[in-house]
Amino acid sequence: MTSSNTYDAIIIGGGHNGLVAGAYLARAGKKVVVLERRPIVGGAAVTEEIFPGYKFTEFSYVVSLLRPEIIRDLELPKHGLKILPLPSTFTPMENGDYLAAWDDHDLTRRELYRHSPKDAEAYDEYARVMARAAKAIKPIINLIPPDPSSMSIRDLMGLLKVGQYAASLSEKELYMVAKLATQSSADLLEEWFEFDALKGTKAASGIIGTYLGPRSPGTAYVLLHHYMGEIDGAFRAWGFAKNGSGGVSGAIYNATQALGVEVRVNASVQQVKVKGGRAVGVILENGDELDSKVVMSAADPKRTFLQFVEQKHLPDDFVTSIQNFRTRGSSGKVNIALSKLPNFTALPYTGNGANSVLHRGAVSISPSIDYIERAYDDAKYGQISKRPYIDMIFPSMIDPDMAPPGHHVMSCFVQYAPYDLEGGWNDQRRDELGEAVIATIEQYAPNIRECIVGMQVISPKDIERIAGITGGNIFHGELLLHQIFFLRPAPQWADFRTPLKGYYFGASGAHPGGGVMGAPGMLAAKEILKDGF
Amino acid sequence: MLNLNLKTTPFHERTSALCQPQNWRKWAGYFAAGSYEHTLDREYWAIRNAAALIDVSPLIKYVIKGRDAAALLHRVTTRNIHKMSVGQVFYTGWCDEEGKMIDDGTVTRFDETTFRLTAAEPNLRWLMMNAVGMDVEISEVTDDVAALSFQGPNTRKVLNKVTEKPVDELKYFRLMTNKINGVEVTISRTGYTGDLGYEIWMDAKDALPVWDKLMEVGGDYGISPVGILAMDMARVEAGLFMLDVDYTSASHAWIESQKSSPFELGLDWTVALDKPGYFVGRRALEKEKREGSAWKMVGLAVDWVGMEKLFGKVGLPPQIPGSAVRASLPVMVGNVQVGYASTSTWSPLLKTYIALAHLQKPYYEIGTDVRMEITVEHHRQYAPAKVVKLPFYEPEWKKR
Repeated sequence: MTSSNTYDAIIIGGGHNGLVAGAYLARAGKKVVVLERRPIVGGAAVTEEIFPGYKFTEFSYVVSLLRPEIIRDLELPKHGLKILPLPSTFTPMENGDYLAAWDDHDLTRRELYRHSPKDAEAYDEYARVMARAAKAIKPIINLIPPDPSSMSIRDLMGLLKVGQYAASLSEKELYMVAKLATQSSADLLEEWFEFDALKGTKAASGIIGTYLGPRSPGTAYVLLHHYMGEIDGAFRAWGFAKNGSGGVSGAIYNATQALGVEVRVNASVQQVKVKGGRAVGVILENGDELDSKVVMSAADPKRTFLQFVEQKHLPDDFVTSIQNFRTRGSSGKVNIALSKLPNFTALPYTGNGANSVLHRGAVSISPSIDYIERAYDDAKYGQISKRPYIDMIFPSMIDPDMAPPGHHVMSCFVQYAPYDLEGGWNDQRRDELGEAVIATIEQYAPNIRECIVGMQVISPKDIERIAGITGGNIFHGELLLHQIFFLRPAPQWADFRTPLKGYYFGASGAHPGGGVMGAPGMLAAKEILKDGF
Repeated sequence: MLNLNLKTTPFHERTSALCQPQNWRKWAGYFAAGSYEHTLDREYWAIRNAAALIDVSPLIKYVIKGRDAAALLHRVTTRNIHKMSVGQVFYTGWCDEEGKMIDDGTVTRFDETTFRLTAAEPNLRWLMMNAVGMDVEISEVTDDVAALSFQGPNTRKVLNKVTEKPVDELKYFRLMTNKINGVEVTISRTGYTGDLGYEIWMDAKDALPVWDKLMEVGGDYGISPVGILAMDMARVEAGLFMLDVDYTSASHAWIESQKSSPFELGLDWTVALDKPGYFVGRRALEKEKREGSAWKMVGLAVDWVGMEKLFGKVGLPPQIPGSAVRASLPVMVGNVQVGYASTSTWSPLLKTYIALAHLQKPYYEIGTDVRMEITVEHHRQYAPAKVVKLPFYEPEWKKR
C-alpha cells in the first residue's frame, strides 16, 4: 500500500454533507479524501446544464437552513456562495383569483384581509405561536441527540438542556408543541383558518418529502420543521443559492480545495474495510484500496449500513432498524427550459414579464387541503397524482445567470410521484408525470406549452439512480416523529457514531435531517474530532 | 407660489412611480428613494449579484475650467493632479490647514484644462478661497447633470447592450464618452459599493431615455432600481465611509476631537506627500505621517457566538437591524472605551455583523480583540469583536 492511498479520514459521498465534513476535518489538520461516485460533486445539490444555456438545479432547489456558522467557518462567501432571497409565495386559485404572501408583513396582511379578515387576524398569532415553538425546538438541532436510555454524563447533560428549553415554554406553548407532535397539519390549520387557499398552501409544507397526506397524523410536526427556516429568516440562510444548489456545493467544494482536501470523482465505493472490529479504509469498485483511521459515510442510511458494510459487523437490532427506516420517495422534479415566462391569468404580466413580481418568488399549486389530500389518494394506491401539488420557482428570475438573457428556467417540485409506482417507472410513466404537471399548470397559466424549450422529468427512481439516494426520498428518509432526533437513523445511534468502531455517519439520514443545511456533516465531523484519532 | 418641497431629481418621474414604500430620504436637498421595495433584500442582492440602478443625481458637482484648473485641484486635494491623465478619475479627500478632512469625492479630468469635482456638501466657497489669483472658472452643475450609479456584476453586460461603443476596455477609475438611446453620456468606472460598477453622467434634460433604456434591457439581467438604504449596506462591506456619518467635516466640527485626518480614515494611499509644491494641510500631514496617527478607522467583525450568548441569556435569538445603523456604538477593551463604531450593518453576503469603527492606538491593529456595544432587550451589552482588514468584501471582478 502506497502512502498516497493512506489518509486520516475517508468520506464516502461528495454531496454537500460529505464536503462539509471533509472541510471541517481538514480544517483540524487531518488528511482527508472525499470519494464521489459521480463525475461531479454535489450529490443531490447539483446544477447541470441539461439543455445548453439553461441551468437546472436538478434535485434540491432551495437552501432551507444552511447553517450560518458553516458559511462563516468555511468562508463560503469568499468561495462563491450567495444566497438570494425568495421573497413571496403566490397561490393561484381555481376561481381565477390568487393568494399572495409577500415578504412584507403589512402587504401580506392587506392581501389576506381581501380574502378573509378573520384569517388576517389569526395569521399573526399563528405565526407567533409557530415561531415560538420552532424557536423552542431549534436549539436542539445543534445538540448532539442525547440517548434517554443512557446514563452517561454527556447524555444526561444533553437531556437536561432539552428539559431546560421545554421548561422555558409557557404552558400554552407546551401544549402547542405536544399537539404539533401528534396532529395532522389539516387539523392544526383548520383550528386557525377558514380560507381554503391559505390552508392548502400552509398544509403543503407539512407533506413535503413524506409519504403522507395533510390529513395524516404527524404532518403538523413537519410543518413546524419548515418554520425553523422562518425564524432564521432574519439571518437569511434561507433562499435560492446563486447558480442553484450546485452553487452551494460548488462553494463548499472550493472551500475543501483551499483546505487541502482531496476529492476524487468517479470513485465508487464497494465496501468498507474492517479489521479487528474497526473500519480501516474502503475498497473501490475499480479494486483500489484506501486506508484510513476513520471512515465517514455521507450516503443514505441503507447504503451506509446495508451495502457498504457486511452485516456481520453490525448488531441485528441495528440492522433491523435500518431496514425499517422509511425511505420511500414520494416526490419528483420537473425542470423546464422556457423561451418566455408562463403568464398566470390571475395576475398577468406586461411586456416580457421581466418585472413580474410573482415570478420572483414561489408559485404554489395548492388551492385547498382537499386538493392535496386527493393528490395523496392517488399516491396511496401507487399512482401518480392526476392533479399534483406543485411548488414552482423561476431560478432565472432570482439569479439572471441561470438562463440566456430573456429566457428562463423553471423548477417544479411535484408531489406525489410514488417511488413504488404500480407497474414500475419507465419512460412512458415519466412522460405521464411531466404531462400531469404541465396540464395542472396550464389551468392557471394557459400559455405554458408555448413557452417550453426543453423539459427534464425526474422520478424518485431517477433520484435513486442519479443521486444515489435509496428510495429517492429527498431527505434520505422521511422526517417523521419516529425518524428524528434520538431515533435518527436508529435508536441509540443518533450521535453520528455507529456500532462499527471508526465508522461514522453524517448525512441527511442522520440528525437533524435533510434539506441543504449541512448540519449532519458538520456535527459528525466535530464528533469524529472529539473521539480523537 | 411658495414651494417648500424637496427638489426632485431628473429621474423623479420614474423613481416616484417605482418607489413602493415612498420612503424618501433627504439627500442634499433632493428626494432620494430610501428603497423601492418594502424590504431591502432584493435591492441589496441586485448590487451583489445582478445590476443595481441608483439615482445619484443629488451628488454635488462642480466643473472647474481654465488654465489653472489643475493647479487649483493640486493645491486643494491631497492627490497629485499633475500626474492625472485625461479620461482618468481620482478619488480624493481634501483638508484644512491642520490636515483634517473637509470632504471627499472624485475628480475627473475631461481634458487638459477641464475637471469635474463631486462632493457630499457644498464646497464652492472653499474652492473660491483657494483659487484667488488663478485663471480658473468654477461653476456648480448639480442641477444640470443627472447621474446614475449602475452597480453589480452584470452591469457591463447590460451597458454593452445599450451603449454605442462597448465598455469592455473601460478600466477602473477611467472615463469614456458614449451614447445610450441617442443621448450623449459619459461613463466612469466608479461607484460606492465595492463591486463592478459604473456611473453614468448626462444632461439633466436627457435623463429619462437613458433610465428607460437601461431598465428595459436590464430586465433580462436582473436589473433593479436601488435606493440609498441598500447602498448603505454595500458601502460598509466595501469599507467606504460617509461624511457626517463616519466622520465630521473639519469645517463643521465644534471641537478638535471631532475632526479626522485622511490617515485616520485609512486614506494613506490618497495622500501624495511626494507631490511637488504646496497643498493645503501638507505640513500637518507630513508631521502625522512621521509620528503616526492617534486613531484609525478599521473594520470590526462581531463574533456571532458571543452575540448568541448575550441574547441567549434573555431567551432570544440574536436581533439584527434590517439596514445599516448610523449610530455611534462604544468599543471597549476591558472596561476602557478605546473607540466607537460609526456605522454597523448585517452583511447578508458575509453572514456577519460588521462595523466601521474608529479606534485609538494601539487597538487599531488587525486582529485585536475588542468588544462592541449592542443592545439586548433594552440593556447595553458588549459583544466580542475582532479588528479586521478593510474592505470586508472585495470581489475579484471589481477592478478586472
